[in-house]
Amino acid sequence: MTATIFLQQIINGASLGSLYALVAIGYTMVYGILRLINFAHGDLLMFAAYAAIYGSTLFSLPWFISFPLAVVATAAMGILLDRAAYRPLRDAPRISLLISAIGASFLLENLALVVIGGVPKGFPRPSVFDQVISVGELRIQIMTIVTPVMTIVLLMGLLYIVHRTKIGKAMRAASKDFETTRLMGINLDWVIAVTFLLGSALAAAGGVMWAMKYPQVNPFMGVIPGLKAFIAAVLGGIGSIVGAVVGGFLLGLGEILIVAFVPELALYRDAIAFLILILVLLFRPTGIMGEPMIDKS
Amino acid sequence: MQFGGLCAVNDFSIELKPGELVGLIGPNGAGKTTVFNMITGSLKPTSGRVLWLEEDVAGLPPHYVAARGIARTFQNIRLFGDMTVLENVMVSFHFRLRSSFWEAMTGLPGYGREERRIRKDALEFLEEMGLLHLANEKASSLAYGQQRRLEIARALATRPKLLLLDEPAAGMNPPETRELAELVRELRTKYDLTILLIEHDMKFVMGLCGRIQVLDYGITIATGSPAEIQCNPDVIRAYLGGEGDGQCLR
Repeated sequence: MTATIFLQQIINGASLGSLYALVAIGYTMVYGILRLINFAHGDLLMFAAYAAIYGSTLFSLPWFISFPLAVVATAAMGILLDRAAYRPLRDAPRISLLISAIGASFLLENLALVVIGGVPKGFPRPSVFDQVISVGELRIQIMTIVTPVMTIVLLMGLLYIVHRTKIGKAMRAASKDFETTRLMGINLDWVIAVTFLLGSALAAAGGVMWAMKYPQVNPFMGVIPGLKAFIAAVLGGIGSIVGAVVGGFLLGLGEILIVAFVPELALYRDAIAFLILILVLLFRPTGIMGEPMIDKS
Repeated sequence: MQFGGLCAVNDFSIELKPGELVGLIGPNGAGKTTVFNMITGSLKPTSGRVLWLEEDVAGLPPHYVAARGIARTFQNIRLFGDMTVLENVMVSFHFRLRSSFWEAMTGLPGYGREERRIRKDALEFLEEMGLLHLANEKASSLAYGQQRRLEIARALATRPKLLLLDEPAAGMNPPETRELAELVRELRTKYDLTILLIEHDMKFVMGLCGRIQVLDYGITIATGSPAEIQCNPDVIRAYLGGEGDGQCLR
């Protein structure tokens, strides 16, 4: 393998990894506050992809309007998800919440199947992203560069919100102790809604870029990326935002590099990802950046 | 207040006059903390009312009750451990006033100004509590007594009119306890507070509170001035068991 091909694979891996990272952030944020694995999170990718398609085709909006609109619509969907599936169960045992999450996931997938149909739709990828830039022997599609750059920008914005704004302080407080947070005059439902909003918006950005990368949109397209992102979140240490991003990049790079070095394993990509999940859970359940588990009362 | 078949607090009644400093005492498990939880909205009483400034706040959400001017500290310290001392206080400051969604998210416009003002207020607050030099430390890294003070500072930052202190002197040595009593007195005058406190340290309670109410098995067994309580036979029995003839609590 030449240095060029190796570098090419690194870039591909970072590109894929950044998508996992964007989606993983949503898992980790919701987990941090509700101690819930939001299994419907992956389906928001699918929702965002369809929203972008309909924005572009039905209303013939240009991509730079329809894509942000898809992100807004998905953020609203995330808040609705919390309102309908999770908020009524705030005081219920955590297992009920988890079951509700699985139910919500199936509902979204099958609703899309009924309403839109199972035939995959092509994604109207703007031609801007198809262009290829050459650096020496390296040939890179614009798309491949845009995703990691976009991810880093969004991550910076998110970290700013979490660490520098008042809602961010409230979110960090809530992730530590619900009861005390409320006693400080903070409306917890509101904090949780904002958490879903942010997580869903990032998932939507991930979903739109995923659909540009793999332009086949179907009702179940969110399942595998969702699970992979979940693995990334666990690998990085669930509850930690930076951890989720690190986990995402590691998983993406790992997948691409393994396939590059040992092409026979190409078919086992997903299996390898799940193997990583099992190993992390067995040997380091708190992940790379995770803190020791605290059971929140 | 009932938990399933267990009646934790029964027929409890307490009236606080503005500016009063009242002690709530009783053996472990008497229901003192449950009373706090009902006042702050953490628990909804099975029956009865919590009248606060002519409004029944029983069963209202805790954040609403907090906004109405009731704050508390905890028996087992519950700070936001991985946030800094300053941030712990700022969290309470922030939500004292309702702010719009967008203002809080983006902060525009005038957000920077508000953030700076709150930071300044919070720092002044910490200075008063003698915690200024620790402002940027993680709350969990503070010494025990400092954590207790920070909890009080954080509660005060919500600008309460009624402050509920749950065993503020627990785990403190005698000099620290004296210092705390002094602090509580000062804060009460300075911020026009009404204070209701739970405490096991009799010297602390007797020296500080104007009036004391004694709870045992969820029932009020005595109420009165420290001197009256100290020698009340029912109270002695609850604490020491048996007859306890002629003894007084000290």
